[in-house]
Amino acid sequence: MTRLISFLRTNVGSKVVLAATGAVLFLFLVGHMLGNLQIFEGPERLNVYAAFLKSTGELLWGARAMLLVAVTLHIATAVKVTLANWRARPVGYAYRKDIETDYAARTMIVTGPLVFLYVAYHLMMFTWLTTGPGYSETDVYTNVVSAFQVPVISIVYIVAMLILGTHLYHGIWSMLQTVGISNPRYRWLRRTVAPVVAIVIAAGYIAIPVAVLVGIVK
Amino acid sequence: MKLMLKIWRQEGPGKKGALVAYPMDDVSPDMSFLELLDTLNEQLIGKGEVPVAFDHDCREGICGSCGFMISGEAHGPAKLTTTCQLFMRHFKDGDTIIAEPFRSRAFPIIKDLVVDRSSLDKIVQAGGFISARTGSSPDANAMLIPKNKADRAMDAAACIGCGACVAACPNGSAMLFTAAKISHLGLLPQGQPERHQRALRMVNKMDELGFGACSNHGECEAVCPKGITIDFIARMNRDYMRASTTETMEPVKRV
Repeated sequence: MTRLISFLRTNVGSKVVLAATGAVLFLFLVGHMLGNLQIFEGPERLNVYAAFLKSTGELLWGARAMLLVAVTLHIATAVKVTLANWRARPVGYAYRKDIETDYAARTMIVTGPLVFLYVAYHLMMFTWLTTGPGYSETDVYTNVVSAFQVPVISIVYIVAMLILGTHLYHGIWSMLQTVGISNPRYRWLRRTVAPVVAIVIAAGYIAIPVAVLVGIVK
Repeated sequence: MKLMLKIWRQEGPGKKGALVAYPMDDVSPDMSFLELLDTLNEQLIGKGEVPVAFDHDCREGICGSCGFMISGEAHGPAKLTTTCQLFMRHFKDGDTIIAEPFRSRAFPIIKDLVVDRSSLDKIVQAGGFISARTGSSPDANAMLIPKNKADRAMDAAACIGCGACVAACPNGSAMLFTAAKISHLGLLPQGQPERHQRALRMVNKMDELGFGACSNHGECEAVCPKGITIDFIARMNRDYMRASTTETMEPVKRV
């Protein structure tokens, strides 16, 4: 137990927690995206899928609990590590050039909270049904379509997904690197596949409001 | 060529410092950066001013003594190069060059461009050693080491401990340095007895000294004069995770 605590206390251990919880959230994003994309197969398919998810009962709550734990740990560890990083350089440089790092990597601590805020809003709209134009407990399809027909809701969603994509752009390859899944020979693969996966996920989500706005899904 | 040098001048630890401008005329493109500072210092001494303090020793790019931030990059704009091996031909006539010390909580400033990097030594002291048999020298090739392992170990052992990785890291992290030190011993059979304890102790020491965490920016690798790659950081993390789950530091108590 003391070993586990001292593991979690170190920066390396904290980063492993960030990577592991990030992986859980990443898998959720993939599953959620695939589920959502069923909207293209018509109202019945999506509503049956939604009803199926609700019918799983304990399993659904188990998954939700796991996600809640992952989100909490992810945020708490990110805050801890970021504070340690800021403390590590109390006096900054008068001039410093970024050579290798990119925008996505430098803004993880900004894109993360933005995604979290959006998720809260998203849950209010589609899970708790406390905001947004749709209020049907069973007709998920209509809820989604009527919400995304409001341009502001769609635009906020698209922007949020772009921010999420930016977070994933760095996060996916970063989590592999942190847990040590690395071989110099396959490094190029991680550096190319990770961004492609991030783009596919963001595009998959964005396809839905776009389809509603242009009238493919009504 | 003519250059404008802006150098961080600080009288001592805890004193207030500032960038001071020194116009340099007549700079030879074949001068190294340290020779440029030597020239400046001769001029300063001639005028009765205090010369700029900077670390240097071999001036061959192999000792790791020299190093500061040159226009925002550790060891300056040339790749795989220490400050002493950076020549003025890498700059253009009329350039303004900013020279600042490596900045990190674990690298307190001693004077001007000189910082105390002994925290890197403390990381090595925490676990960067092996148990060696004393007595007569062993037979050559008595210990079999695969060529690729030997090469990887040598890649890691190329680290000269200059601290550029810490200086370039947005988080002031020493992970590239520590990873290199853990790996160059851990890849070889001689390093196996202490392998797990080494990973645990050196990683803990790094945090204790106030270095930051790795955010996988890759800045360290970009400035490393010896081309140490962040693959070693991934390797260190693997070693540390394995050590954390398998190693017992103290003997198991029997009830």
